[in-house]
Amino acid sequence: MPILSTVLWLPIVAALVLGFFPRQAAGAIKGFGFAASLITFLLSLGIVSGFKEGVAGYQLVELAPWIPQWGISYSLGVDGISLWLVMLTTLLTPVVLLSSWNAIHKYPKEYVISFLVMEAAMIGVFLATDLVLFYIFFELTLIPMYLVIGVWGGKNRIYAAIKFFIFTVTGSLLMLLGIIYIGFQYMHATGRPSFAIADLYGVGVTPYAQTLLFFAFSLAFAIKVPLFPLHTWLPDAHVEAPTGGSIILAGVTLKMGTYGFLRLVLPYFPDASIEYAPLFIALSVIGIVYGALVAWVQPDMKKLVAYSSVSHLGFCVLGIFAMNQASIEGSILQMVNHGLSTGALFLLVGVLYERRHTRMLADYGGIAHTMPLYTTFFVIAMLSSVGLPGLNGFVGEFLILSGSFQTAPIATTIASTGVILAAIYLLWLVQRVFFGPITLEENRKIPEIAWNEVAALVPLIILMVWIGVHPNTFLRKMSPSVKQLLAVVKSEDRGKVMFANARPGANSTHAEKGGAR
Amino acid sequence: MLNNLWLIPIAPFVGFLINGFFGKRAGKTFVTAVAWLGSFAAAALGTLAAFEYAGQYHHGERHLNVIYNWFSSGNIGADIAFQLDPLSIVMLMVVTWVGFLIHVYSAGYMAHEEGYWRYFAYLNLFLAAMLILILGSSYLFMFVGWEGVGLCSYLLIGFYYDRDFAAAAGKKAFIVNRIGDFGFLIAMFLMFAYLGSVDFAQVSQRAMGSGIDGGLITAICLFLFLGAAGKSAQIPLYVWLPDAMAGPTPVSALIHAATMVTAGVYMVARTNVLYRLSPTAMAVVATVGALTALFAATIGVRQNDIKKVLAYSTVSQLGFMFIGVGVGAFSAGVFHLVTHAFFKACLFLGAGSVIHAMSGEQDIRKMGGLWKKIPITAWTFLIATIAIAGFPPFAGFFSKDEILASAFSTPYFPGLGKLIYVLGTIAALFTAFYMFRLFYLTFFGKFRGTHEQEHHLHESPATMTIPLIVLAALSAIGGLIGIPHVFGHNWLAEWLHPIIPPLPGVHDLHIPANVEWAVMIVSTLVAAIGLFAAMRLYRDRGVAADEAFERRSPGLARTLENKYYVDEIYGRTVVTPLEVGSRFLWKVVDSVIDGIAAMLGFFVRGFGDLLRFFQTGNVRNYALMFFIGVVVFMWVLR
Repeated sequence: MPILSTVLWLPIVAALVLGFFPRQAAGAIKGFGFAASLITFLLSLGIVSGFKEGVAGYQLVELAPWIPQWGISYSLGVDGISLWLVMLTTLLTPVVLLSSWNAIHKYPKEYVISFLVMEAAMIGVFLATDLVLFYIFFELTLIPMYLVIGVWGGKNRIYAAIKFFIFTVTGSLLMLLGIIYIGFQYMHATGRPSFAIADLYGVGVTPYAQTLLFFAFSLAFAIKVPLFPLHTWLPDAHVEAPTGGSIILAGVTLKMGTYGFLRLVLPYFPDASIEYAPLFIALSVIGIVYGALVAWVQPDMKKLVAYSSVSHLGFCVLGIFAMNQASIEGSILQMVNHGLSTGALFLLVGVLYERRHTRMLADYGGIAHTMPLYTTFFVIAMLSSVGLPGLNGFVGEFLILSGSFQTAPIATTIASTGVILAAIYLLWLVQRVFFGPITLEENRKIPEIAWNEVAALVPLIILMVWIGVHPNTFLRKMSPSVKQLLAVVKSEDRGKVMFANARPGANSTHAEKGGAR
Repeated sequence: MLNNLWLIPIAPFVGFLINGFFGKRAGKTFVTAVAWLGSFAAAALGTLAAFEYAGQYHHGERHLNVIYNWFSSGNIGADIAFQLDPLSIVMLMVVTWVGFLIHVYSAGYMAHEEGYWRYFAYLNLFLAAMLILILGSSYLFMFVGWEGVGLCSYLLIGFYYDRDFAAAAGKKAFIVNRIGDFGFLIAMFLMFAYLGSVDFAQVSQRAMGSGIDGGLITAICLFLFLGAAGKSAQIPLYVWLPDAMAGPTPVSALIHAATMVTAGVYMVARTNVLYRLSPTAMAVVATVGALTALFAATIGVRQNDIKKVLAYSTVSQLGFMFIGVGVGAFSAGVFHLVTHAFFKACLFLGAGSVIHAMSGEQDIRKMGGLWKKIPITAWTFLIATIAIAGFPPFAGFFSKDEILASAFSTPYFPGLGKLIYVLGTIAALFTAFYMFRLFYLTFFGKFRGTHEQEHHLHESPATMTIPLIVLAALSAIGGLIGIPHVFGHNWLAEWLHPIIPPLPGVHDLHIPANVEWAVMIVSTLVAAIGLFAAMRLYRDRGVAADEAFERRSPGLARTLENKYYVDEIYGRTVVTPLEVGSRFLWKVVDSVIDGIAAMLGFFVRGFGDLLRFFQTGNVRNYALMFFIGVVVFMWVLR
């Protein structure tokens, strides 16, 4: 069974089937959607078990010609960089559908369909090994997210949805031009068309073109991440998005930006990447501090968590542009960590919003008394987010910072103040919402967290502990791919290294292809 | 046992899990049994391991027990590994046994609290984290415990979370500690970058190697000390500890006096090789220690909350420990850590017993005359007070004295050393004074509280008094483990000797006999002066002396009462500007960015118009657009 395609298309098939469900059967729709996403997750565990440690290139590859005259193919593969992001996606989708079981009253069918389509598109982004296919999935994620914000969002949903759309589309249009340009260059150089991501690693472009292309791609991804100062769409999108939308937005879609840097920008434009690394390191450090400071003064819980994402993703970008083994592995791990911890935080904020219909810190206080179990979950998620050792966030941050310190000590030292700032804004949030006396009567009787919400949180917490206690489970699988990536970026005669692993169908990758069957 | 050292921290951790999951529904007896068992198991297993160690290793070698590789990535990585050596054994004994005593005491003290199970779950978790801190074999694994105890401190300070002040104090403790942790982290980054490891032994080994820049060593030491200053409440990061008194009193005894706050001293002693290679760093440690010792002692003179006096006293005593490790007397610093754990735990638990008897009252101005009413508490409190004031042969005398004599004769910075000695001796004078002030105001004179309080006065139950008696006994005789050379055998110094390896070109500290004698005599005199001054002022007249002082110099009195306004200064110079700046970033900078984006958007207005078409709000339209888009795109590409 072609496992990657199965995981990729199962949500789409489920979405199509859902189309035939009667509109009134809300329970059946939710149940079916959840079951489909859960099965997708269980199947995706097969990717992990089929994934071989110690292999750098794409594994479990699937290849079919799609538009051969243009060199575009339907090709999928997974390597150490994408593996855990795929898993994060397949995990978070059922979590979202489970936790929002009782939260969605409007168009439940379309809601579930949107999330399933989005899941497939995100999986596609991480699995695609063809640039055009990557781009299609990359853009495809926009539409369901746009709908989720625009239809199921809050008061200002239209504004937020359009802002989200325009920001992200602006960046990716330039990237499309870049993709076409690179494809032409390859055709020009070799005489045969190809858009296979690995083929194009070797394509030679002039330094000037490399710089332009670097910025075209980087803009797209920097907006997605979002990197300071391109972050202003994010708080609005989060505040207006329904809880599920926020979880997926922060949990996965932002990572498409950091993933893009790793998968495309660094290996395609190594010279420009190295040349402009100081710029990106500076922006990410500013983002870390800026996001944290602004998060601290937010009166709205969701906005606070949204700005904290700007800060956390700053760590990821810092790790990427510090360009060493530890910092990049830490960065990938941190992408997953952020998905878990911020996903959990958004979920928890949603739980409270569901019950009290306000997200203002000032409307709470003393909730620990009313909802002790809920408080426990929140504190654990908070501790994961502030990077308490023993939980996931610490390992990722530590690897990023200690790795980056070796390339950019000053910047990293400044970035490390983010560790202090994270404690400031999150502890402030917890103190304001959960502790102190109960000042408002409404807060005296809030129903405790429900079973479906607990069930959605428990796997996240298990993973927080797992990654915190035994991160090697995750690091070991990503390490060879990162090493190879660095070899490509840093070696003088780059290209050759990647060419050896180039097209999934090429001679050198028989062994891995064999493993896929 | 030696190859299963992980069992020691796991024992209380299991207690935490059991009480955390089931404690709420289980009865108090169950909770108590689990918590006591968890902490007792740690103490028993730890003692067993210590004996096994002593049987196997005769030269203080390190016993390493690697559990598994925590993570490794590039040149960054660390093991989950425990170690046992003379220093960790000293810490282990203090932490587990004092910890166990306080677990016992807590059962009495917390008996009527609503969150009984939660309290004991946190307390067990704390013990587990503290044991990781002292048994971890690398800075990184130690950091796990380091942050873990910080978390428990946060949770326990905020135990009464429905009180605003307690919640704020917990947060403050965590954040100020995080500032220190920032330093700890940077120190580890430096170690990885330049020494290639964070394992204690390897770091020391490589730091001794040739070709290591002195500036690097100084930087590592100073960043580590920032961490130590946070955890061990030294200037400028001490401000969290007095507020931490918002937590239950046994917590103050365990975490904020006997164990966690001494972690910074332990860390410096553990890093003694690097410190000895950097006299600059040592001078900083000793100077900060001396200033903190004196500064906090002066504040202690005019505090009226029984726990606040003890809190500033702890800050001050920690300063003494840093003088010790800072001037190169590492075993003296650890010695004071041990004796302080005895007498300060005794004092805090005694304070708890007083508060218990006084129906929750903490203001010593409203106490007085308790000597006859709660005799066991009073006697044990007196013994601990004598110990901290520094009268021979009580515990505090020997340890404080070794520190002061070492400061006087340090070879690393002889001039500065003498100055530090003077500062330390003045601090000792204040110590004796404020402690006996506290003692007399609490136990002597007339009762100044309400009738109702007087009616309720009672001695505490046995679960509380037995730990007090044990700790008082240790406060009395605990100093014998480290008597000065002029009297004979300093057992502790010899036991700890192997962890302080000789360094080429570095002179080790040696205290001449005449200095030892002179310092002992001066110290005893100073303690006596403090005692007599306090006795004259407070024994019979109660608070009148304080009121007279306030009339005579109101400015100074108020400054001391308000702790030199340090919290206010931090608020105005750090917190407020940061908050205003953050609001500026949010309200102004973010808006400017949005404005620029909107301007750019203006140029692509046409695109926006196109988008407006999407805003129909009709889901069917959206879905339609979506499919048309995909189909068109695919068709175009084909």
